[in-house]
Amino acid sequence: MPEARTPHPAVDLDFRAVTKQYPGADQPAVEELTLHVPAGEICVLVGPSGCGKTTAMRMVNRLIEPTSGDILLGGSSVKDRKPAELRREIGYAIQQIGLFPHKTIAENVATVPQLLGWPKDRVRARVDELLELVSLPPAEVRDRYPGQLSGGQRQRVGVARALAADPPVLLMDEPLGAIYAINRERLQNEFLRLQAELRKTIVFVTHDIDEAIKMGDRVAVMKRGGKLAQYASPAELLMSPADEFVEQFVGADRALKRLALQRVRDLDLWRVALVREGDPMAEVRAKIADSDIENLALLVDDQNRPLGWLGERELAAERVSGVGCSPPEPTVDTNDVLRDALGRLLSEESLYGPVIDGRGAVVGVLSMDAIAHALQTPAEDVPSSADLLAG
Amino acid sequence: MTGADVLAAIEIRDRTGTGCVAENGFCPDWIADNIDKYWSPLLEHVFLSVTSVAIGFAIAFTLALLAHRFRWITGPTIAVTGALYTVPSVAAFLLLLPITGRGNGTAIVALVAYTLLILFRNITTGLRNVPEEAVSAARGMGLTDGQILRQIELPLAMPEILAGLRIAFTTTVGLATLAFFAGGGGLGEQLYSERAGTGGLNFKSNVVVAGGLTVLLASFGDLIFLTIQRLATPWRRAVAS
Repeated sequence: MPEARTPHPAVDLDFRAVTKQYPGADQPAVEELTLHVPAGEICVLVGPSGCGKTTAMRMVNRLIEPTSGDILLGGSSVKDRKPAELRREIGYAIQQIGLFPHKTIAENVATVPQLLGWPKDRVRARVDELLELVSLPPAEVRDRYPGQLSGGQRQRVGVARALAADPPVLLMDEPLGAIYAINRERLQNEFLRLQAELRKTIVFVTHDIDEAIKMGDRVAVMKRGGKLAQYASPAELLMSPADEFVEQFVGADRALKRLALQRVRDLDLWRVALVREGDPMAEVRAKIADSDIENLALLVDDQNRPLGWLGERELAAERVSGVGCSPPEPTVDTNDVLRDALGRLLSEESLYGPVIDGRGAVVGVLSMDAIAHALQTPAEDVPSSADLLAG
Repeated sequence: MTGADVLAAIEIRDRTGTGCVAENGFCPDWIADNIDKYWSPLLEHVFLSVTSVAIGFAIAFTLALLAHRFRWITGPTIAVTGALYTVPSVAAFLLLLPITGRGNGTAIVALVAYTLLILFRNITTGLRNVPEEAVSAARGMGLTDGQILRQIELPLAMPEILAGLRIAFTTTVGLATLAFFAGGGGLGEQLYSERAGTGGLNFKSNVVVAGGLTVLLASFGDLIFLTIQRLATPWRRAVAS
């Protein structure tokens, strides 16, 4: 499927000492920016307002011309291209979405293919394909006007429109900035899933560090005066901020943020004694001795689904019975990110909890210790969100 | 010839003899007999109004496009068209006489001058009100300036442009009744001048017919523009419903 959708392979994007100095401004909007974005990766430009992140992005499709330096797409300079032609090969999505209110959804999505002179049949097929890709039923929305859609639906149309001519590079300027928090997270996940399939080279601008950490394979933190403060993977940014500015910008809770980048399944879980009703106690004792948890066994049903914890008192009987066992909660899913798993342990005031897989069967036990240990994982071993969703 | 003489002259042709005309009342019979005298002035009136609005639109549209590209043009244009707009209408027709002579030409020049301010302001307002983000999205996707103007800005400015045309046309139909001062004909000739042989301003039936036709013409034009506006902006209704 991805082959069919991406005849244009993604390309590398390079900023080479790019500077933008507006006449009369006391400091440059962007200063000596050098960045390499490998093909198929998301590079997030993040920073406070006035840090030049949007200016930097707009120089890629020549909406703004650099004062000095060069930008290379797939090795060739954007300066050698006619701006209008260059832009048709670069997907562009902006915060206010900028759908054309007088055109139908289909006409909006078809904008660039029509500029490129695609035949009608191909345009129509492509529009339907794209609407489906962004989870909008084509038959329902095709002939409607942007004013008739919800904010989230318009956002998706904006993304579909940016992808229409299958550009190898995508520029996104706070594309989710106008979306409420609840829908925002869903759209972020949807977008990452889409990207896992499409593998475009993407420059994504945001002022929100959490979004940057979530969306980026690599994050470029910029500060006032258009200076690059740090360019690193999300995990590296959180673990070893380059300077005080980055440290402050990622926030005091950077350790917690890192926990959103790892999943329960990535950790070494404690082994636990799984026992069933009626098991003889001698056997249970042997299992406990072989596990990582002393004096506790986990009662499970015949599908290995957790029923409850057996403590000293219950283990004093001759055979295992469910009477008096304490509930197994909190349980965490093997696919939960550590931040959510930790939250669940904390809300039940528990130091550990059974980990279950997709079918509800116990695969181990997650402990606070294991989470604390995870914080010491070297940055290069911590995946980005895009990898998490792709995997 | 005084007003009384005219009425006397008309009375001779009053076949009903009921004295309606003599009493200067509203006389359906007289209207039925004399309606033919109004068709050709009405056509002249249509010609004057449509031509003036068309020429005015061509000029205002060109100026508005220039002002859209070169902002500095806006101020001077509004100053000049605004000054033209404030010249009292009868005076304008009379002032032009020595320059352009009597006839249609003079009338049209004056009428065009009055449409310019309305049309220019509405076209520029329409272009200015186009959502900024639609234009920047269009530019970012690789539309050229010309494509942005034709595909995005003008269609989105359509409601204001057509609103301007409606006002301009209605105003022009009204002002065109003064065209006869410059020898431009039209329903004004019937309405004000006793030379037209329909009794002029002093004869109520004439005022009702000439004035009524003017109002009908203005309303009919308005209806046409309103229809165009609805056809040209389907998205507005779709969103409202």
